[in-house]
This record gives sequence, structure tokens and C-alpha cells, in this order.
Amino acid sequence: MARRLGLHQEVLQVNVWRGNASGGKHCHYEVPSLESQTILDVVTWIQRNLDPKLSYRFACRVGMCGTCAMMVNGKPRWTCRTHVRKVLDNNTLTIEPLRNLPVIKDLACDMSEFFDKWDRAQGRFHPSKTRSDDVVRIPPTSVHRTQVDAAIECINCAICYAACDVVQWNPDYLGPAALNRAWTLVNDVRDNNQTVRLRAVSSDAGCHNCHSHQSCTTYCPNEINPTASIAGLKRATAKATLSGKI
Amino acid sequence: MLKPHRHHPLWFAFIVHRLSGVCLALFLPAHFYVLGLALNNGESLDRFLHWTEHPLLRWVEFGLVFCLAVHMFGGVRLLALEFMPWSPKQKTFAALAAALSLLVACLFLLRAT
Amino acid sequence: MIGVRLYLAQRISAMIMAPLVLIHLVTIIYAVQGGLDAAEILSRTRGSVVWGALYALFVLTVSVHAAIGLRVVSHEWLKLRGTGLDVLTWVVGLGLMLLGGRAVVAVIM
Ligand code: SF4
Ligand code: SF4
Ligand code: FES
Repeated sequence: MARRLGLHQEVLQVNVWRGNASGGKHCHYEVPSLESQTILDVVTWIQRNLDPKLSYRFACRVGMCGTCAMMVNGKPRWTCRTHVRKVLDNNTLTIEPLRNLPVIKDLACDMSEFFDKWDRAQGRFHPSKTRSDDVVRIPPTSVHRTQVDAAIECINCAICYAACDVVQWNPDYLGPAALNRAWTLVNDVRDNNQTVRLRAVSSDAGCHNCHSHQSCTTYCPNEINPTASIAGLKRATAKATLSGKI
Repeated sequence: MLKPHRHHPLWFAFIVHRLSGVCLALFLPAHFYVLGLALNNGESLDRFLHWTEHPLLRWVEFGLVFCLAVHMFGGVRLLALEFMPWSPKQKTFAALAAALSLLVACLFLLRAT
Repeated sequence: MIGVRLYLAQRISAMIMAPLVLIHLVTIIYAVQGGLDAAEILSRTRGSVVWGALYALFVLTVSVHAAIGLRVVSHEWLKLRGTGLDVLTWVVGLGLMLLGGRAVVAVIM
């Protein structure tokens, strides 16, 4: 139940996971409830007023940088754009580091593996032209460009990665974000590394291990649909295999 | 098992697909073995079939028919998801697969008793 | 734990099996009325080229499909890796093919 501090001040019951790679536990804090408060506001309030040693990561506070993701009551969320009111459960918040990533300290995870997988999925653009060539004209309504549009606004927050059970069960799995990125490049007509990329996403840790349960899509804050992108990769690689191209 | 991030319909569709698949894979050797009994002219098969008339087994069979139907209908949804242009109606399709499978299993139960 | 080849085997076998399973479900519901007995089953199947072909195709595809399915589940849930995983895949696939083949021979021939 909401306890009252002073005259009108309601108090949130907040459990925050504290620890490091070798283990940790939940610590309990009481935080004044405010109008339009976000989860990031709560974490910041704890750090400024109760425990300056609390570690967490954020930068933009407006849903652009993708650094502030945490587990909130068991679900991955971008904390700077998640209102307390929307996720509060029985006046309690449980805030933990993202799943599926090693913890550095408290709420800050080590993102290296997440980004290494972007590389392993050939998530880099390989230009086919030089600066002396003409700019390629791509009609905004072309099939490829519309597919890129649907998948390009990823902010690398790893929320989908934390939501994906295949990442948990098969730690080598490249994961929704890296594969979604690869899909945008498969649709980039200027790229000249397509065969290598299709092979990369067809490895034993690649797109074919996705079970399409759409947890990634359910939680992606930017309404990207990695499941659809991965289905696209499955089709592209199946076609390339059947026609002997990879 | 049921961690909060799994509480959404399409994750349930996934777990139903997986568990029904495992059940079917485990049942299949027994099914094949029993049919193989017909090799020595049906008598041992008949003895087995009589044994299966136990009413409790109706419910096991009901479960198996449901598993088969839901794995197939759910599987068709997944094939369509992967090989056809994306449809945003996945939850509806999954519900439809579950409903159809229940219908098939109930139909079986009605005819079997 | 599957690459594109096993994926294709899994999906192609599924596409073949979907209509076969539908036929099977209809047959089950049709045949179960009034109880099952060996004579009834065998009179439908013995010597039938069509049932023989359908069941043989089903045994073939289901062996592939179940072997790959159990491979993925064992990798994810039982943490089976490497050679163990390959052995499991082959044992399930070949085992089902043998048992299933015997069943088809028994009900058709
Ligand atoms: S749909 Fe695929 S990528 Fe997305 S959460 Fe499920 S397994 Fe992971
Ligand atoms: S796809 Fe969505 S959830 Fe995944 S990293 Fe990109 S923005 Fe975040
Ligand atoms: S702080 Fe940048 S997205 Fe939340």
C-alpha cells in the first residue's frame, strides 16, 4: 500500500538489484512519488538522495541513445520513456539489469557481446561505389527501401535481446537486433557484401534458430519488428541456398 | 518458468507448439511399435486395441489428437509467417489455430465415446 | 543449433506433412466411431498403394522433422552440445524411420 510521507507525498516501494559479476541482491528504497515520473527519474533520485554509489547508465533521457534499458518488474524497458504509473505493480517497482548480458555493476551491463554480434552478423555497410561515382537513386517507395524503413530506427538498446529466450538458451545466437540490422543491409542495394552476409546469418547461431515468438517485437520501444526482419532473412537465405548461391 | 517477459499470447503459442511437438515425438515410437504388431496378423494388435478401450485412455487420446492438431495448425501459421508477406494478425491466427484444434479434439472425443 | 540446411529440411518436411496430418485427423475421427479393431484398420490399408505411399511419405518426413525438432529442444533445454547433439539427431531420425518403416510394412503388406 502507498504510505504517506509528510502531508500528501505518496511513497513508492522500490527494489533495486545491487551487485556485480560475482553476484548481488535486491536493496529496498522508498522514493517519493511524483507527477509524470519515469523509471529513470526513480533511479536517479535514489542515486542523488540515498546512495551515490548506485551505478546505472543513461545519456539522452529522451529515447534516442538506447543506453538506459533495464528490467522493470521483470520486463525490459527503456527507463527514460517508461512512466512509473504505467508499470507500477502494487505500488512496487523491481529494477534489475538487463537479462542475457553480463553485469558490470548494479544496473550497468557489459554490452560488448551484444555489439560483437552485430559484427558477426555482418551488420556493417560495405560500399560498392567510390566517392567519384554518382549517388545511387533509390525511390522511397521501392520494395527494398520500404523494408529498410521498417527496420532502420533501431537505437541499439538491447531490449529485444533481453526479451529473447533463444539468446538465454543458446548464448551464441546472434539475437534480434543484430539480425534486424543485417536485414536492413540485405535490402541495401548499394552494399556489395551480400553473399558473405547471407552466410554469416546462416550459421549455427544465425537467423534459423529464431522461434518467432515475437518477444523482441512485443518489447521493442521503437516498434520495430525483428521477427519480421528475421523471417525476411530466413526467406533470403533459403532462396540463396536452394539456388546454390551460398 | 513463467517469467513476466513471457506473459504474452505469442509466447504461449510458442510453448504450446514446443510441448505438443515433444509429446508427439515421444508418442511416435510407441505408435509405430503398436502398428508393427499387425505384422503377426492382427491378434496382438487387437489385444492392444482392447486394452485402449479403458475410459481413462480416451482422455490421453484426446490430448494426443489435440497435440497433433495444434502442432499442425500452429505450424501452418509459422510457415505462413516465415514464407509469406508479414501479417500483423499473428495473435488472431494463433487463437484460431488453438480453437480449431480444440474443435478437432472434441469431435474426436464425441465420436470415440 | 541449426543452420540453413537443417532449417530447410525442417520446413520442407513440415510443408509436406501438413496435408498428410489433416488426412490423418479426418481418418482418426472417421474410424474411431464404434471402437477400433485390427480387422477394420487392416481392411482399409492392406494392399492399398495410396495408403502405402501416404504413410511411407509421412514416416520419412516425420523422422526428419522430429529429429531436427528434438535436436533444437535438447540443445536449448538439456544443454546438449557438439557430438552428443549430432548423435541424438541421427538416432532419433534413423530410429523413427526404422520403426515407422516396420509399421508401414505391417499395415500395408
Ligand atoms: S522472435 Fe526470434 S528473435 Fe524475437 S524473441 Fe523470439 S526467438 Fe528471439
Ligand atoms: S530492435 Fe528495438 S529493442 Fe532491439 S535494440 Fe533496436 S530499438 Fe532496441
Ligand atoms: S537515456 Fe537515451 S534512450 Fe533512455
